[in-house]
Amino acid sequence: MIPFHTLTSRAIPLPAADIDTDAILPARFLLLLSREGLGEHLFHELRRNAQFALNRPDLAGAQIIVGGPRFGIGSSREQAVWALADYGIRCIIAPSFGEIFYANCINNGILPITLEGEPYEGVLDAADASVEFHIDLTAQTIDIGKRSPITFGIDASRRDALLSGRDTLDTILHDDMEHIARFEAQQQDAEPWLWIDETQFAPFASIGGDND
Amino acid sequence: MTHGGQTLYAKLWDAHVVREQGDGEALLYIDRHLVQEVSSPQAFEGLDRRSLRFRRPSAHVATPDHAVSTDVSAPNPRDSLMALQVRRLIENSRKHGVPFVGETDAAHGIVHVIGPELGFTLPGCTLVCGDSHTSTHGAFGALAFGIGSSQCETVFATQCLPQSRQKTMRINFNGRLSPGVAVKDVVLALIAQIGTEGGRGYAVEYAGDAVRAMSMEQRMTLCNMTIEAGARIGLVAPDETTFAYLKGRPLAPQGELWDQAVAYWRSLPSDNDARFDSELTFDVSAVVPHVSWGTNPSQCSPVTGRVPDPAAEADPSKRGKLSQSLAYMDLEPGTSLDDILIDRVFIGSCTNSRIEDLRAAAAVAEGRRVSAGVSAMIVPGSAQVQAQAEAEGLDRIFREAGFSWRSAGCSMCVAMNADRLSPGERCASTSNRNFEGRQGPGGRTHIMSPAMAAAAAITGRLTDVRELAEEAA
Repeated sequence: MIPFHTLTSRAIPLPAADIDTDAILPARFLLLLSREGLGEHLFHELRRNAQFALNRPDLAGAQIIVGGPRFGIGSSREQAVWALADYGIRCIIAPSFGEIFYANCINNGILPITLEGEPYEGVLDAADASVEFHIDLTAQTIDIGKRSPITFGIDASRRDALLSGRDTLDTILHDDMEHIARFEAQQQDAEPWLWIDETQFAPFASIGGDND
Repeated sequence: MTHGGQTLYAKLWDAHVVREQGDGEALLYIDRHLVQEVSSPQAFEGLDRRSLRFRRPSAHVATPDHAVSTDVSAPNPRDSLMALQVRRLIENSRKHGVPFVGETDAAHGIVHVIGPELGFTLPGCTLVCGDSHTSTHGAFGALAFGIGSSQCETVFATQCLPQSRQKTMRINFNGRLSPGVAVKDVVLALIAQIGTEGGRGYAVEYAGDAVRAMSMEQRMTLCNMTIEAGARIGLVAPDETTFAYLKGRPLAPQGELWDQAVAYWRSLPSDNDARFDSELTFDVSAVVPHVSWGTNPSQCSPVTGRVPDPAAEADPSKRGKLSQSLAYMDLEPGTSLDDILIDRVFIGSCTNSRIEDLRAAAAVAEGRRVSAGVSAMIVPGSAQVQAQAEAEGLDRIFREAGFSWRSAGCSMCVAMNADRLSPGERCASTSNRNFEGRQGPGGRTHIMSPAMAAAAAITGRLTDVRELAEEAA
């Protein structure tokens, strides 16, 4: 995962409420087996409208989206985040996010910033006016050329994950395998019924076998 | 946590903490993982790229549901993207020794229907799936939530996920459902009131005498729709109804282990003095049948109502959203909801494709005909549901009424198989999402209960199912 420290870019204003992950990446593109190249299909339907802000020539190459309330609600499809990342988006600022989408952003090095009220309105106006943003994750600030930068909050663990670019799976493999083994031994003792024996699957499922 | 005063959620959480990470975060152990074809290919690929293996293959069950064809006369073409995606799941499952249920197997179906049917879903377990409707399994008192593909990969290799502890919300449903009113109506009424982010940040527990009286099928519908209120987790405390449903299922414990498990499961319900961060109470006896008219699940109303007028909305941002929704749905403000004509009917999905759903739809369809010009289909949630419905003669009722009778899969809930709306088509659907394009680009979705969708099929318009009941009486 690419670490996130600072980002300087213009921002695409998409303030409509409830932009769900079906709108970000329609389901038929989930049939594609690779995560690369999904940016081509980002906002597939909405992009057909010439007025859609993603199509604004002055915002070409922008790496920030200023979204609306409940950005990314709905389906858990991580493909929506891969499509955003593949398109070049590194940061999304919105009053609120879908929870699964938010976690998927963190896991892909995209900084989701929750911002409400006046600071949000300021950022949205700046995006609309094609102002250049400077985002600093360590300082937790968004500078849009005003006298003092806007500050934002983010959980320390998520900030650290983005700053380090460290991968969740690698971290667990490095730090926790002993803890996991210990937990499993205890659970097998206390709740043995949770430990399914492979033979129990035989009546209805296949295990292993040849791939043709 | 102190002794006593614990919520169901707290008990489930505490029992799965592998390591506390501070600030309400912990590495949680994941007991169960349902694997489907859409969210798994990149997770398997990631595992292979790192040369990792599954930590516990038998803690996973894989099956294709989203991309499969549910029309036996029209299987997916061999070189279609759908067929390729299903084949990739077969190959990946074989390679990694993951128990796999094929699309023609007797145990096949939508992941959120077969997990419970197999007894894979158990009270007190943690269960994940790369699908937001994993909240369904909370109906059993399981800590179940949807995840992304990267997290699927992490579970493959470690059986763990880092999670933040959620706040808790208890929603009490009291009273009795009126005739013609389903749990789908109750949950739509709830979402209309609290909105699509009313549950964000919370693990929701449903309680109250109405919930205790619900069957497992009804509880699953309720928990399934929880994600549409913005909460990833919906829970119902396990009770005798839960145990009776699970006893004898293939993966449920048996003999002495069953007794041991039930004894533990009885300790899971929230303590009487448990405190919730938020609590709401509703009287379900006042709920009437609901339909959605907009493009998110909170945009719904009693079917006796009218399409709202954006001009009457004071908040400018809500007014904008409302206008946009009505433009997409091609609806005029003030139109009576039951004057809205439909082209298609879809009864199915992980929300409403279980045997009780099909019985409710069949009770409306029996002895009637699907309206001329309406194309209606019934898609059972699993091969088991299909077999049960056929044993009860429901398929005959549907066929005679002019519905098409399909095999199990996600079908037209999600436009990634052959079942989709054409642009401009309007559908009465028992699925969970009425988002723009959800059932196909340009398609218009009205979500409702199975009985309401069957009524719409008969009349060709959105219809208060209670009128058909009166007519028959």
